[in-house]
Amino acid sequence: MSDEYENKSSYQAQSSETISGTGSGVSPDMDYVRPAENPEQDLYHAHSFIEKWVFCQDAKVIGVQYFLTAVFTGVVGLILSWLMRLQLGFPGLAGFITAEHYYQFVTMHGMIMVVYFLTALFLGGFGNYLIPLMVGARDMVFPYVNMLSFWMFFVAVAVLMASFFVPGGPTGAGWTLYPPQTILEGTPGHGWGILLMLISLSLFVIGFTMGGLNYMITILQARTRGMTLMRMPLTVWGIFTATVLAMLAFPALLVSSIMMTLDKLLGTSFFMPTILKAGEVLEYGGGSPILFQHLFWFFGHPEVYIVALPAFGIVSDLISVHARKNIFGYRMMVWAIVGIGALSFFVWAHHMYVSGMNPWFGFFFASTTLIIAVPTAMKVYNWILTLWRGNIRINTVMLWCLGFIVTFVNGGITGIFLGNVSVDVPLSDTYFVVAHFHMVMGIAPLMVIMGAIYHWFPLVAGKMLDEKLGKWHFWTTFLGAYSIYFPMHYLGFIGVPRRYYEMYDSPYMTSGVGLNEFISTAAFIVGAAQLILVFNIVKTMKTGKKAEKNPWKANSLEWFTSTVPPEHGNFGERLPVVHRWPYDYNVPGAGEDYLPQTAAPSEVAHTEVEKT
Amino acid sequence: MSDPKIDGFELEKGFRGMAKDTGSDQTMFKGVHWGKAMMWIFLLSDTFVFSCFLIAYMKGRASTPVEWPNPSEVFALDAFGVPVPLLLIALMTFVLITSSGTMALAVKYGYERNRKMCGYLILATALGGLTFVGMQAYEWSKLIHEGVRPWENPFGAAQFGSFFFMITGFHGTHVSIGVIFLFIYCYKVFAGHYDEGKRGWFTKMKGDYVEVEILGLYWHFVDLVWVFIFAFFYLW
Repeated sequence: MSDEYENKSSYQAQSSETISGTGSGVSPDMDYVRPAENPEQDLYHAHSFIEKWVFCQDAKVIGVQYFLTAVFTGVVGLILSWLMRLQLGFPGLAGFITAEHYYQFVTMHGMIMVVYFLTALFLGGFGNYLIPLMVGARDMVFPYVNMLSFWMFFVAVAVLMASFFVPGGPTGAGWTLYPPQTILEGTPGHGWGILLMLISLSLFVIGFTMGGLNYMITILQARTRGMTLMRMPLTVWGIFTATVLAMLAFPALLVSSIMMTLDKLLGTSFFMPTILKAGEVLEYGGGSPILFQHLFWFFGHPEVYIVALPAFGIVSDLISVHARKNIFGYRMMVWAIVGIGALSFFVWAHHMYVSGMNPWFGFFFASTTLIIAVPTAMKVYNWILTLWRGNIRINTVMLWCLGFIVTFVNGGITGIFLGNVSVDVPLSDTYFVVAHFHMVMGIAPLMVIMGAIYHWFPLVAGKMLDEKLGKWHFWTTFLGAYSIYFPMHYLGFIGVPRRYYEMYDSPYMTSGVGLNEFISTAAFIVGAAQLILVFNIVKTMKTGKKAEKNPWKANSLEWFTSTVPPEHGNFGERLPVVHRWPYDYNVPGAGEDYLPQTAAPSEVAHTEVEKT
Repeated sequence: MSDPKIDGFELEKGFRGMAKDTGSDQTMFKGVHWGKAMMWIFLLSDTFVFSCFLIAYMKGRASTPVEWPNPSEVFALDAFGVPVPLLLIALMTFVLITSSGTMALAVKYGYERNRKMCGYLILATALGGLTFVGMQAYEWSKLIHEGVRPWENPFGAAQFGSFFFMITGFHGTHVSIGVIFLFIYCYKVFAGHYDEGKRGWFTKMKGDYVEVEILGLYWHFVDLVWVFIFAFFYLW
């Protein structure tokens, strides 16, 4: 047996030379794949309704649970944004929105959308559903821990939502929760609200750690035969790297949450300097508010990429499938994802240019920030080059992908403005910043989520979503979202500060009033347009046409399950064996325009690419 | 251990071997149990938690305007009327490091299927951990008697109390969780669950002696963290 491994490696080295496109070199060991290393996974099948749908250990059900819970919080976040836009566009129209309420809406909207919606949706939702299917595993490696992960997240969401109903309401400190004002009187929700927020964040981190361990070990240790790391779909690479970031960045959030909880409850002064309040010296003293900012952004900046990297990965796969072309520069894409992930740990202080720091520090962080533009731009070029001369199907999924590229490039370019200290200082805390991060990490990932929903719905539910409704959904959302955020850049340039409850009669607002009304109207329409998706799903479940197996003619393993939708265990009796990467589209000489990852070289010996 | 093997495949050593394993299919860490890999990665994440705590402590200590108390006075213990600096801490550290030794032996006997020895050594480890937590409780109560609180400190900067109670408390929680699991595993070893592969109460997964090693990894990590806390709090 021992030389078999050696043989294999020499075989790999020769493969590109000896196996040519003539088809004459077909030999019996052409299809050789190393024998299984992992024993068959010991799965616990559900015995009751509760075990099957509530405390379920099947990663696919957990994924859907994560997805639905995250969407629920997302809807809450959306409603909060409507209330904010109502106040900003038409001040005083809704009398119940006081300044305190406005700050609470801003805070909760931000925290919900970044952490409880996007992170949970991409990693918990798509991660759980897709990782085992795409790497050819029967389930996550620790199904029980995975189940606990979801329920911990559920409790975190429940605690967060409870903060709407406690005395004083939710915290209104802004999603960055900067001390000292966060826990001092005068900030809305400085009592119960902030406490529940911090507890909820801690629970989220604990829950996520359990899930993240699962995602990482499943990808590293439970791939099927033939599935090397460089044959994994980019979706898996994106989710994997984001998980690594989360495992290393969330500790900073946990620590800052614990320290601020102690500042609040026990009266410690980790982040609290000496404070005069109405002429009186408070009990606090000697702490450092900047320390919190460092800890928070050490989490906060990787968090941006925790949201963005899965989106990068997923959109690469969607573009490749729907352009019927292999992803351009697969290895470059992988290394770009990994590189962006690594760099994201060295840029955090670009959020703190106006906090007061040594100019050399600003120089360092501006440089690292701008360096990130290199791998990111590489990815954008590769998406475009994948589309170039592809056999593009302009369906709903592809439209969302194109929408992603446009909004992402837009948000990325404004990022280069804000990464420079001297440009950032005047633009800091204006609507330009709001426009930037909503474009780059709000709308762009959302476009990918929508595309992914239309792409994988046939797999999850076994029915095809309606294309016509999908296109309506896309165009209203895309044009509407652009109408919301594009004018905000201009608002930023004329100096409108963010987080202000009302502009009153500020001189620079003469041209801003009409724009604000326009933006708000667009926001109402875009939010309401999401009902098209809900209607589409309901209609499809009732009367939609049944999805055939592998309706998009994709290559990756999730479409090759024994049943659609896949049952517990995913692949029936035998796990699939992988012979190639998932991007063999339009291979010259192959009968169909796609070669599934499971297609053995000997089956397609007459093609020009047998093994990738 | 000396020459790594997996199902009869010889694995290449060194950097080339690592690159080969990374490039291969199925697993990256050849022959490594899933749970063991999980524990390593969890510990990496936990390292970041403790690093954040300790860096925050360094920053807090560096920027506080009030003098930091002298650790060899604050942590001194009276032995026969003579104040000996760091006496209790030395004992605590000794106990904890010793428990790491017994844990390592427990892993060895576990893999040798020596059920009794494995069980007794886990028990010894658990008792060591318990002693540590007990001594820590004693140290806390001594400091509290002397007036040190998370929000104030008669010897100097208030942040001393804040960081001390928070970080040692967080570490003590880790030790306590470890002790609870050690007692559970001790029971499981003596009851023979790992010999017969009995399914776990919660996870429904088959028991195996590798679980002892996984818990051992956690235990050694907790000890290692203590060494850093010891250095940063008591020796600085």
